[in-house]
Amino acid sequence: MIEVQSLTRVYGRHVAVDSLSFRVARGEIVGFLGPNGAGKTTTMRMLTCFLPPSSGTARVAGFDIAENSIDVRRRVGYLPESVPLYGDLTVLEYLHFVATLKEVASSELSTRVNSAVESCGVGDVRTRRIGELSRGYRQRVGIAQAIVSDPDVLIFDEPTVGLDPGQIIEIRDLIRAMAGERTVVLSSHILPEVSRVCDRVIIINRGRLVLDRPSSSISFASETTTTLCVTVRATPESAVELIESIPGVFGVQAEAPAHNAIQMNVACAPGADPRGNIASALVNHGFDLLELSARTASLEDVFVRLVSGEDTGL
Amino acid sequence: MNRFAAIYQRELRWYFHSPVAYAVIAAFVWVSGYFFYNLLAYFNMTAIQAMQNPIHEMSLNLTHSVVQPYFSDLTLILLLLVVPALTMRQLAEERRSGSAELLFTFPVSHWHVVLGKYAAAVTMYSVMLILTIIFPAILVHYATPDPGPLSTGYVGLLMMGVAFIAMGMFFSATATSQMVAGMLSASFGLVFLLVAWLEPFVSAPTAAVIGQLSILGHFDSFARGVIDTNDIIYYVNVAVFFIFLCARVVDSQRWRG
Repeated sequence: MIEVQSLTRVYGRHVAVDSLSFRVARGEIVGFLGPNGAGKTTTMRMLTCFLPPSSGTARVAGFDIAENSIDVRRRVGYLPESVPLYGDLTVLEYLHFVATLKEVASSELSTRVNSAVESCGVGDVRTRRIGELSRGYRQRVGIAQAIVSDPDVLIFDEPTVGLDPGQIIEIRDLIRAMAGERTVVLSSHILPEVSRVCDRVIIINRGRLVLDRPSSSISFASETTTTLCVTVRATPESAVELIESIPGVFGVQAEAPAHNAIQMNVACAPGADPRGNIASALVNHGFDLLELSARTASLEDVFVRLVSGEDTGL
Repeated sequence: MNRFAAIYQRELRWYFHSPVAYAVIAAFVWVSGYFFYNLLAYFNMTAIQAMQNPIHEMSLNLTHSVVQPYFSDLTLILLLLVVPALTMRQLAEERRSGSAELLFTFPVSHWHVVLGKYAAAVTMYSVMLILTIIFPAILVHYATPDPGPLSTGYVGLLMMGVAFIAMGMFFSATATSQMVAGMLSASFGLVFLLVAWLEPFVSAPTAAVIGQLSILGHFDSFARGVIDTNDIIYYVNVAVFFIFLCARVVDSQRWRG
């Protein structure tokens, strides 16, 4: 549905997006993740034909963003980060305005507007002016205007920024419900959000793609490099020596003893899970095993490591 | 066509949803009423004096002493107050609030946007002109003014609006804020109004160019009851020139980001 080919955007001497390439299949929900200033908004603005790229191309719903800009815009619903709606219009007036600009046939206008109002849950404020609405409702109206023409592709820039936790959950559910047949691209700098809502995660940093994976495979991928946290009541040397001798253990790092106990970080070989062996070996040697836990890298760890430039071996 | 109409309606709605339209209409009607009253009161006074002096009575002329000054007073308020007030917000605010980002990702061309907004401003301007027809109507009720200059004068005012609303929109597209846009369009309106003052001091060919640029030079014949194609072409040229520039600016802003 979306094919991005070495898309680049330069502002003066600053490269905001640096030959970015990725694909998004029909019906996928893709999360665009990156720290502030990573180039998420610039990429979205190029995909929605608001900004022309400096070089590279992208096709959205089969149309080139530079050559068939109007065809692309017909098939895309977009919500910018600042949710710039016209505050002087009522919700219904605004949605009618947007639907007309998006070429919804006048015979279908009311049906489309009403279904957008309904699916975004803004029915009880439909005759209120947008300027009087709370942040959460404005966000919903913003989503309603994006879906009012029933587009194939939805692009949301930071859809939950500035909302309270309750509203964040509502908007997330709304986006999930919206997806179905539609392709959704949303950006965020909040990790749990992306891992909860999206099928796939694209992490970009300084305009470059650093990771493009299904969000389910990210925790799986990092499990291959599990780190165990082991706390025993023993002398450091003997415990380290013992654990290092267990197959599947890569290396042991002991921390300074405290309260008669030592804590060790045990790196495991890729794919190995020596927790059972470690436990029985320690108990057999008469040590008190106080704690044994596995720390799988969360999406957050992956993100922080990728963005700070460390090689994760993923 | 629907998209153009949608933008046109949305703009008109904005004028009436904000206090701006009411403030500008009230100020305009009040000030033009004040001008009209002054001209008429002064004419009355001279007319009473002239009753004692038959020679003076011959030289009394309603068109010269009321209708023509009334129109040139109106050009002043229209150019310096009404046109800037109607146009300054149009594109500057759209950019400042970020709504341009949404507007230009809809399947509309920059022409739809520029022409829709332009048409809305011209409509508002025309409505305001219509409101002032009460003053000539008073004149017609109590006296017999020459209908020629009265009607062509209004055509002239309308043409002036058609031209300088385009200029105001161009400034609104280029300026960083609506205040700057308003200042620019009022100052350039004044320049076009007063450029004729330079005429006596420059060489003949330059004077001819300045004469062609001056709004007053092109307005005179309308106020005298003459519709000259040269003047119509002047106003239409100014309008087309600035609408074109405005559309280019709006389009190029996407490139500069």
